[in-house]
Amino acid sequence: MGKRERLSGNEAVAIALRQINPDVFPAFPITPSTEIPQYFASFVANGQVDTEFITVESEHSSMSATIGASAAGARALTATSSCGLAYMWEELYIAASNRLPLALALVNRALSGPININCDHSDSMGARDAGWIQIYAENNQEAYDNMIQAFRISEHKDVRLPIMICQDGFITSHAVENIELLEDDVVKNFVGEYEPENYLLNPKEKMAVGPYAITDYYMEAKRNQAEGMKNAVAVVKEVAKEFAGISGREYGLFEEYCMEDAETAVVMIGSAAGTTKDAIDALRAKGEKVGLIKIRLYRPFPAEEIAEALKNVKAVAIMDRAEGYTNHGGPLGSDVMAAMFRARSQAHAVNYIYGLGGRDVRVEDMEKVFAQLNQIVADDDAGETYRYLGIRE
Amino acid sequence: MSNLTEIRWHGRGGQGAKTAALLLADVAFQTGKYVQGFPEYGPERMGAPITAYNRISDTQIRVHSNIYDPQYVVVVDESLLETVDVTKGLKKDGAILVNTERAKEEIIPHLKGYEGKVYTIDAKKVSLATMGKYFPNTPLLAAIVKVAGIMDEDIFLKEMEASFKHKFASKPEVIEGNMAALKMAMQEVQ
Repeated sequence: MGKRERLSGNEAVAIALRQINPDVFPAFPITPSTEIPQYFASFVANGQVDTEFITVESEHSSMSATIGASAAGARALTATSSCGLAYMWEELYIAASNRLPLALALVNRALSGPININCDHSDSMGARDAGWIQIYAENNQEAYDNMIQAFRISEHKDVRLPIMICQDGFITSHAVENIELLEDDVVKNFVGEYEPENYLLNPKEKMAVGPYAITDYYMEAKRNQAEGMKNAVAVVKEVAKEFAGISGREYGLFEEYCMEDAETAVVMIGSAAGTTKDAIDALRAKGEKVGLIKIRLYRPFPAEEIAEALKNVKAVAIMDRAEGYTNHGGPLGSDVMAAMFRARSQAHAVNYIYGLGGRDVRVEDMEKVFAQLNQIVADDDAGETYRYLGIRE
Repeated sequence: MSNLTEIRWHGRGGQGAKTAALLLADVAFQTGKYVQGFPEYGPERMGAPITAYNRISDTQIRVHSNIYDPQYVVVVDESLLETVDVTKGLKKDGAILVNTERAKEEIIPHLKGYEGKVYTIDAKKVSLATMGKYFPNTPLLAAIVKVAGIMDEDIFLKEMEASFKHKFASKPEVIEGNMAALKMAMQEVQ
């Protein structure tokens, strides 16, 4: 059915975009996402897509142009990383509040400073409250598969929200690995034609986009936005189910690895989950009951489902590839712990900050995390719940 | 992970260490292997030391860390021998391949007592003789394939020819030189 290939994560996403053939792609380069528009520009030049490819002068403009195109009724997207996302900030909220189903291929990179080009999740984690759907990948295959599912989720009439398809900068974006691609026509049929209900270029129905809302209306507008986010959960599952039908690859809100009988577990996002799976296999071979929950859908956050998946563990380590500067941990830690509290979990939970600015995560590092979870279970005491992994003190 | 081969490349930005790692991943993929080829960047500038990595396996590769205990190390730029600990973690039953004009005996004292096998190749000589310009990564690719026994040499050459035909579709005149560089490198590595 599919075609076996070896591609970097960036090339895989670019090929997904070629297969989707969006209407408009405004682009501005920034490491490590630059290759996505770079590959796509060659598809435009070779006539493989009929996308309007617009080279703009900044990320603020690339997101503005994507918003404009989407409001006009086009299927539009852009790509960026790190400071590029930061420069899009006000536009992120505009895209979400106008209920525009556009996409952003985000290649996660640390924010300055110190200036650093490597992976962490501080860019997208900072945007977690902007009203965007966020989906993360472990490897190039997932980045490709998620990109193909993106517009089906964001354009769904019950959702109509922008979507951020995230992958780890360099670790997956620049690593060539095996991948299975779908046939062009299979992707084309799966994604389908975009038929917006309301759009600026519809002469039959005039509309305003981006109006002022006085206090009397603003709060209802935000509440309606939250409704789209609520609906997104079911749509993500529905689209994943249909995607499994064309690809044989199954996705959910998160992946559970060896969780059936796990007594200790790690919750994390992104490429280090693959490394954690190797650590789990090594520890399982020694008889340790360890497991992993890898978050795919981070916004909206599947709190109840995660708490349910963790209900039998004695101790859990939540791994954040971003600092929250709360003095008690990072954003994923807060979300998971809140979910566990609401489910009246009795498990111990600790939150690690790891992998900032590309700090490498080894199998041995994750084995150490599980060893520390064992200690917590033995002591029946979590000790310090705000920890750093692999730091020189 | 049975039959996992791990290779670390040391070069300088702009010399093609990353490209060589990606080419190796490419050709190993063609023979049905699971592969990884990825760079580790320092500062973004020409001439800065960079490291690139390969994993080649019969089973799916999930780990996403750098490689600390490689079986093989390739040194693209011998000036790095003075500044980078290139044999760090290198397995004793593995090997190091150094691109140099100098004799092997002159290189060994710079390897901090590494006890495994040492190979050298003069990639500049090979490159100038076959391609007329200095592109170290083509000869080094052939040399490491031979040293590490990654695949049958005839299959390697056949796959590389197909790969060059695709890669250099717009300038087929360079294919012959690149193929000659691969063949000569396999003879020259010692």
